Amino acid sequence: MLSLSLKYRKKTWISRRLKEKLIHGFFFFNGIISVIILLGIFALLIFTAIPAFREVNLKEFLFGIQWNPTAYVKNSYGILPMLVSTFMVTLGALFIAIPLGVGTAAYLSDVASPRVREITKPIIEILAGIPSVVIGFLGIVLVGPIIAKIFGTHNGLNALNGSILLAVMALPTIISISEDTLTNIPDSYNQASLALGATKWQTIIKVKIPAGLSGIIAACMLGMGRAIGETMTVLMATGCAPAMPESFLGPVRTLTSSIAIELGEVAYNTTHYYALFALGLVLFIITFLVNLTSDIILHKYEKVNR
Amino acid sequence: MSVLTKHGIKMEQKPLNHTGKMADNKNSNIKIFIKNFNFYYGASQALKNISLDIRENTVVGIIGPSGCGKSTFLRCFNRMNDTIVGVRYQGDILIDGNNIFDKELDIVDLRRNVGMVFQKSNPFPKSIFENVAYGLRVNGIKDKEYLTHKVEKSLKDAALWDEVKDRLANSAFDLSGGQQQRLCIARALAVEPEILLLDEPASALDPIATAKVEELIHELKKKYTIVIVTHNMQQAARISDYTAFFMMGELIEYDITSKIFTKPSKKTTEDYITGRFG
Amino acid sequence: MKNRKAEQFLGFLILRACVFFVIAALLIILIDIFTKGAGSINWEFLSAMPKKGMTEGGIFPAIVGTFLVTLITAILSIPLGMGCAIYLHEYAKKGKITRLIRMSIRNLSGVPSIVYGLFGVVLFVQLLKLNTSILSAGLTLGLMTLPWTITASEEALKNVPKAYRDGALALGATKWQSIRTNVLPYSIPGMLTGTILGLSRAAGETAPILFTGAAFYLPFLPRSLSDQFMALPYHLYVMATQHHAIEKVRPIAYGTALVLIVLIFCMNLFAIITRYKLRKVRLK
Repeated sequence: MLSLSLKYRKKTWISRRLKEKLIHGFFFFNGIISVIILLGIFALLIFTAIPAFREVNLKEFLFGIQWNPTAYVKNSYGILPMLVSTFMVTLGALFIAIPLGVGTAAYLSDVASPRVREITKPIIEILAGIPSVVIGFLGIVLVGPIIAKIFGTHNGLNALNGSILLAVMALPTIISISEDTLTNIPDSYNQASLALGATKWQTIIKVKIPAGLSGIIAACMLGMGRAIGETMTVLMATGCAPAMPESFLGPVRTLTSSIAIELGEVAYNTTHYYALFALGLVLFIITFLVNLTSDIILHKYEKVNR
Repeated sequence: MSVLTKHGIKMEQKPLNHTGKMADNKNSNIKIFIKNFNFYYGASQALKNISLDIRENTVVGIIGPSGCGKSTFLRCFNRMNDTIVGVRYQGDILIDGNNIFDKELDIVDLRRNVGMVFQKSNPFPKSIFENVAYGLRVNGIKDKEYLTHKVEKSLKDAALWDEVKDRLANSAFDLSGGQQQRLCIARALAVEPEILLLDEPASALDPIATAKVEELIHELKKKYTIVIVTHNMQQAARISDYTAFFMMGELIEYDITSKIFTKPSKKTTEDYITGRFG
Repeated sequence: MKNRKAEQFLGFLILRACVFFVIAALLIILIDIFTKGAGSINWEFLSAMPKKGMTEGGIFPAIVGTFLVTLITAILSIPLGMGCAIYLHEYAKKGKITRLIRMSIRNLSGVPSIVYGLFGVVLFVQLLKLNTSILSAGLTLGLMTLPWTITASEEALKNVPKAYRDGALALGATKWQSIRTNVLPYSIPGMLTGTILGLSRAAGETAPILFTGAAFYLPFLPRSLSDQFMALPYHLYVMATQHHAIEKVRPIAYGTALVLIVLIFCMNLFAIITRYKLRKVRLK
């Protein structure tokens, strides 16, 4: 009888249940750790950045147009030029990457034969796997001289160069997510449009891309997040002059490259050091917001599609 | 004679049922006792106020149109529905007088006593031997000799031994569909359950393999209490002692199989049996 | 009618041009690195120390450094990532906490690598007093790769049929038993593959190791995990921008870039082969 066996096993059951609970707890800890890390990053950035504002006022920090933490007379900590530089380079990159990326995604999802798709997909994966430092290096030795020749500038290490490289880096993200979105659009849309006599091209432009617009926007936002946070390429290829950028052909210095350049030389626990963490905090907040927005868009999109 | 369980539910040895008749097999005990049982997937109710009882060493067939809740019902007996998110139940299912939804009850123990064979045969990607030994190993049995003995016995009970005895180390995926399903039965038998739940065990098999499984079920009845879900009415008529007819989550009729198929007391049952729908 | 056909033709042409540009970008990168880097590669380049202020000699310490730091990354990231994936896929119920965890993972994968570097400086270098070392850099990269490991591991878990879990549970296995004996053996190959792909990205990262342990120039191998180290990506950065005779060391820079790319390709290849082999083993 079952009842007998239950009583008989009660002891092993309790220890078994305890063991299962412990294992569950162990994995829960593993699961929760990503939350801890995210909060930890945020908290440590804040705590290390706060001391900077004992000396620097927040308004001056955000809107000051001069960044000179090692001046003889008075140090200045204005990050506006870096913010402008960051957005300039990023927008330039998006200007190149969005049409190329969305075009490629549309081609892969709707036009390409399965064979072409099979060849192209790994190519895009390989592109995503190329280290940023290699791309930055090519910015110096390959893209730079070309830009210098075409525009007659001194060395070609400028915002345009950075934008081109960042476009290359953002492309895989934009392509793969846009393509997922376009492929997941119900086939009924496609067929309805074709049945009404639209050409395949008209269907892509007038039906599929509008239907997948939110997913495509999310993809571009993610690409943007990557571009804003990218360090090595811009550090190597944009010339890094810490002044207000004048044009796409002038040198710029983004938030990321400022941190990369200066953190190696600064003494720990000085105002300059804290100020660099404040830069990191600003960077963290910007990318967080960009990624969060894209996340919200993607999720809304998923829900609608379900 | 009645049994008072520790949860205060009075269990009649000869309980009322829907037809009022529960004639033969008087000498066998009630193994599973279901009273006012309701089951919900989220907001939708899948089973409505089910009451019936199942006697020891009998085969109970559950029939009904697809989506009527018969598989859900079956999966309640070993609480496999617990693996689905958002399910709820109400009412009681008692096995040997123990409420299986009791918090004190160990679900692992329950599942060791209530074996299950799934609709789609699901051998693990292990050798034939390891498939049958799996349940024993998770029970903590390491003794090689005992395992070998038990695997052989289970395979014999499942009428598979002669076909596989020379290739126990081969992958279970090398077997044919019917053999795989009998392997799953052997796997369930190895842990010595008292009740065996079969969820359309022959639905994916050819007629010859089906006949073998049916023959096996007939044989297994001597040792086990068997509940089988089937969409094949002839199959239910052939192998079950009692038949329960479900529709839209309700138990329409439950009686001796011969009576259900010859003189059903409900009009709906008759319509279904005679193939007027479903 | 003709008009619309012409329009479609033109449209597809534009799309093809987009694809062409993307493929061309990759080809240019690869061809440039391979043609200009191949000349620098020889046994000495791979096995010798840098000499004469890094204008001659090899990049052996950078290769060793990258290997060691990636090892630390793997040791932190693989178990933690697998554990998190197991929690999310096998244990977690739908709810606020699960949503919070998933949101955190997605956001972590979007945190800029240099921010991980800052975090590593404060947490590992300063608070945990590991100083600038292989350990600090590896752990920093480990945190950075965590979201990728989790995602890859969860994908692998998704590929194990629910029938394996249900079958085990129905035989009286506990939840953990069913996971350990009937889910993990079949998902670990996939987990490892995805993880190694993530590690290959970590091996190519520079920003997080800039301040956590990578050294400009060390003419010897690290003696312990608390030593500083040379790393291939950082070495490339140094050779490309920081060296006193940049033009003179270009061949070394190209050679380093080539070695780095080949290393990353090899890791990817290794991942694919591992998956293939483990799959064969599991069916025995």
